[in-house]
Amino acid sequence: MRRITLPPDALDSTDRVLINRLQDGFPLSSHPFAEIGEELGLDQSEVISRISHLRDIGAVTRFGPFLDAAAMGGAFCLCAIAVPEDRFEDVMTLVNAHPEVAHNYERIHRLNMWFVLACDKASQIDRVADRIEAETGLTVLRFPKLKEFFIGFRVHA
Amino acid sequence: MSIDATDRKILTATQAGLPLVAEPYAEVARWLDMTEAEVIERLAKMKDRGVIRRIAVAPNHYALGVVANGMSVWDVDDAVAEELGAQVGALDFVSHCYLRPRALPDWPYNLFAMLHGPDRDAVEAHRTEVRALLGASCRTSDILYSARILKKTGMRLAEGA
Repeated sequence: MRRITLPPDALDSTDRVLINRLQDGFPLSSHPFAEIGEELGLDQSEVISRISHLRDIGAVTRFGPFLDAAAMGGAFCLCAIAVPEDRFEDVMTLVNAHPEVAHNYERIHRLNMWFVLACDKASQIDRVADRIEAETGLTVLRFPKLKEFFIGFRVHA
Repeated sequence: MSIDATDRKILTATQAGLPLVAEPYAEVARWLDMTEAEVIERLAKMKDRGVIRRIAVAPNHYALGVVANGMSVWDVDDAVAEELGAQVGALDFVSHCYLRPRALPDWPYNLFAMLHGPDRDAVEAHRTEVRALLGASCRTSDILYSARILKKTGMRLAEGA
């Protein structure tokens, strides 16, 4: 994923309204883009072409269903590794190769690699984490969530 | 609670993104040899059950100028951690807030709060606010700034697993 701030004029006010609206949810109906368009005063084809463009320029990373692993009998687990600097790229490649790694961040700390495992069976979390330990020879610290607080954050586009 | 094989097919077909066509659910139905009504009904049921949190866009924070983010971590007295965690989670600059187990002796922190802002100074100001909120119930804290996104695909289901 790119980490470049778009120039201030990359999005017009309609793009911003559209991004904000689509963070709140997308209709489950036959013509959802037309419905969104009706709300915002755009026609269906413009809604579609704008979303497509926003995806192409990297203003949105995903558009679709967001899954909750726990609700389907699975689990998420935040994990951390202290990776020696000279092995960082190799370890990243090994970790990212697992489809269960949903995201992975380099952070400025002794524990410098932080990733989230998402599995649709809770028992797989330790299996994957153990496998990463075996592949890398490094300890994978595991921080499963005990309690999650309100997640209502929105980026104001 | 779980999902059946048909639910799984729908999720694996759409997890990389809904098709950008006028009738996206009809398109997914065509791929899977189902009816549009069945696709919509199953998605709606999964949403009711919480398997799908929402159908939406994920904006790219960085692209939109929210470029600084720090994972703030706090060692909060267990007796009040839930109550204080809820207060931290309700702050409008906090995107994710969790209680997690400590990993002693390396890691004394049990409350994780992701702080966002346009620059690092803004994030540090938010951090000061959280510190004030936690007060004497917090023994020690740290913040881990992100240097790089290494992967961001979201949860992926294995096909037919």
